[in-house]
Amino acid sequence: METKVIVGLGSCGIAAGAGKVFETLNKLRDEGKADFLLSRTSCVGMCYREPLVEVVDGKGSVIYGNVDEKMAAEIISRHLLKNEIISEWVVRSESQETVDDTFFGGQVKIALRNCGFIDPEKIEEYKARGGYRALEMIAREKIAPEAVVQMVMDSGLRGRGGGGFSTGLKWKLTLNSQSDEKYVICNADEGDPGAFMDRSLLEGDPHSVLEGMIIGAYAVRGNGGVIYCRAEYPLAIKRLYIAIDQARKNGYLGKDIAGIEGFNFDLYIKEGAGAFVCGEETALMASVEGKRGMPYKKPPFPAESGLWRKPTNINNVETWANIPWIITEGPEKYASYGTEKSKGTKVFALTGKINRGGLVEVPMGITLREIIYELGGGIQGGKQFKAVQMGGPSGGCIPAALVDTIIDYDSVTSTGAIMGSGGMVVMDETTCMVDVARFFLDFTYKESCGKCTFCRVGTKRMLEILTRICEGEGKESDIELLEELAYQIKDSSLCGLGQTAPNPVLTTLKYFRNEYLAHIVDRKCPAGVCTKLLTYEVIPENCTGCTVCAKNCPVDAISGERKQLHHIDQAVCIKCGLCFTKCTFDAIRKY
Amino acid sequence: MRIQRVFKEKELKQAPEAVDLSLIDGLIEKYKGKPGNMIPLLQGAQAVYGFIPREVFVKISRETGLTLSEIYGVATFYAQFRLNPVGKHIIKVCHGTACHVQNADSISDALREALKIKDGETTPDGLFTLESVACLGCCSLAPVMMIGDESYGKLTGRSAVKIVREIKAGESN
Repeated sequence: METKVIVGLGSCGIAAGAGKVFETLNKLRDEGKADFLLSRTSCVGMCYREPLVEVVDGKGSVIYGNVDEKMAAEIISRHLLKNEIISEWVVRSESQETVDDTFFGGQVKIALRNCGFIDPEKIEEYKARGGYRALEMIAREKIAPEAVVQMVMDSGLRGRGGGGFSTGLKWKLTLNSQSDEKYVICNADEGDPGAFMDRSLLEGDPHSVLEGMIIGAYAVRGNGGVIYCRAEYPLAIKRLYIAIDQARKNGYLGKDIAGIEGFNFDLYIKEGAGAFVCGEETALMASVEGKRGMPYKKPPFPAESGLWRKPTNINNVETWANIPWIITEGPEKYASYGTEKSKGTKVFALTGKINRGGLVEVPMGITLREIIYELGGGIQGGKQFKAVQMGGPSGGCIPAALVDTIIDYDSVTSTGAIMGSGGMVVMDETTCMVDVARFFLDFTYKESCGKCTFCRVGTKRMLEILTRICEGEGKESDIELLEELAYQIKDSSLCGLGQTAPNPVLTTLKYFRNEYLAHIVDRKCPAGVCTKLLTYEVIPENCTGCTVCAKNCPVDAISGERKQLHHIDQAVCIKCGLCFTKCTFDAIRKY
Repeated sequence: MRIQRVFKEKELKQAPEAVDLSLIDGLIEKYKGKPGNMIPLLQGAQAVYGFIPREVFVKISRETGLTLSEIYGVATFYAQFRLNPVGKHIIKVCHGTACHVQNADSISDALREALKIKDGETTPDGLFTLESVACLGCCSLAPVMMIGDESYGKLTGRSAVKIVREIKAGESN
């Protein structure tokens, strides 16, 4: 067989330099240095090893990690031409064990089944791995819409966008609504800071999402579809356009789809315009209609009256991507993964202070410990694990003491965090939890649509209090005030944004109250993050009197003669930290 | 809150540069009278001018029957729409959770210092606009910034400034 060289060209790969690696390989091939087929794929999840280059030949597949242009050339000259595997660069291979194998060990890939294995811009590659077989099976075996809904129901799949509502039940409600016009929508407005599951899926396997939507449209008797995608994801949008075009040409969109008489369905992409609240389904539909993305009251639920007042079924990217697999492999197999009430798998974006940041898909029921220490390889720099943030601005921080919590909707909710869409930001001892709470409130305050008073004004007040605590101006009554505001915002907001906005504050108050007290009472930031609460001091034993700190100090707070001990005047110091970074003798201490 | 970005008095006083309104005739023709057309109209107009000039609001309103207040309401609601001219290259520094805990502030600080502008401002030569955004979705490469459609990961203040300097050097060649 001809040797194939595959470069991972997802957004994170490109950001790490995969584009240049691809060009280098292309150039070498054009120059006739070696004969091989150059191809692209998207994210296989090992973001921490990007750029990735895979070589597939008669002997199997070898994936090299952290490849730069020079290494790419060497892979050609050694692996391709001399048949020599460069074992120290290998991150995954059938013939060799690597340290990265544990990254894949606990994973079960259903939604991400094709990501990193196919060229997302080629429908043939999707079909070669079983793509569109679910749709064709429905057509061939004449499975009725009701039966498809039942299959999804039996699988136990729950909404992967964060809500966790039964997908089958949602479909059933839409199917039962009577109307000539019905819509299906794919919610790809992934706005949680710290989450990129949907981006990777759309970039890596857009057809699986399309096929899921087409099956969904058949099941609820829908005739129009919309993919609402963030404009910040240009590559995902580009690949979706290509996929839609290919699906149309192959008869999977349009009239009498897959030969099913009378099944007409088409969809289009609606680019979001940058508003986090549009991830909320009613706000999303308002935005598709061209209005300000403000949520409205439910009921009526979208299943009865949604887009353009027609019954609408709206699901998240990951939910849609699971559908074809459930149809072909059977709902029983899907339900065999997971816990009693949370079936199947969940994709997580593992980021923060972790050794192996990336995208993982794990069966429900796995513990946080397994994800962080086995898949994620533990904490960067051997530091102390402090907390993991789940669910973004709507979620909360789960402390290290609860690291044996299992991943399912109910267990995560019982900690005060939420499953959310899949963001998992790992924090270590150098992360200040008050600062994290302030960060999220700053986000929700900016993103509040302004409709409900408590969300609009309440988040601002909470942000002011948190900012004041971070700046060392906190009062002891502030904690009580924060809690009072938090419950009022939760109770008096219409949509999920407001109802969950206080969660980051409530969970940090619950698990890290001492850190708040340290800021308020002792005027200290234990993690050393809140600048105004830091003190910089010269360590006399280490100071050589080189005068570098004094020269760099922007406010002349440092005094001392050459070759003499220097001194920082705390009354003048603005805590900019410049002396700390400039000192080459570790003679400045911050605490 | 999403409704604070209104025209400031100073901006209103700026002498409007001549805007060639005929550039969006085709766009208006395409979307006129279609339901849900407002956002694509504004996105299209912004793609032409780089921002949405005042005159364009008036023209869209006049020719489509959408009221000025509706269009303005939508334009100020979404972060994507700009009411002021921007630089040739828009630098979006990610301040998502992962970038925040990996010290994204230091990237913004370094760029602010190097370009001598604040967040949301444009350099006097019209080359760069500096922005902070919520999340670019490249969290495992944090801290990240995006210039145009290109993402750059694992930055330090120094490397971010270097990238910007390289683009600037490329422009003057």
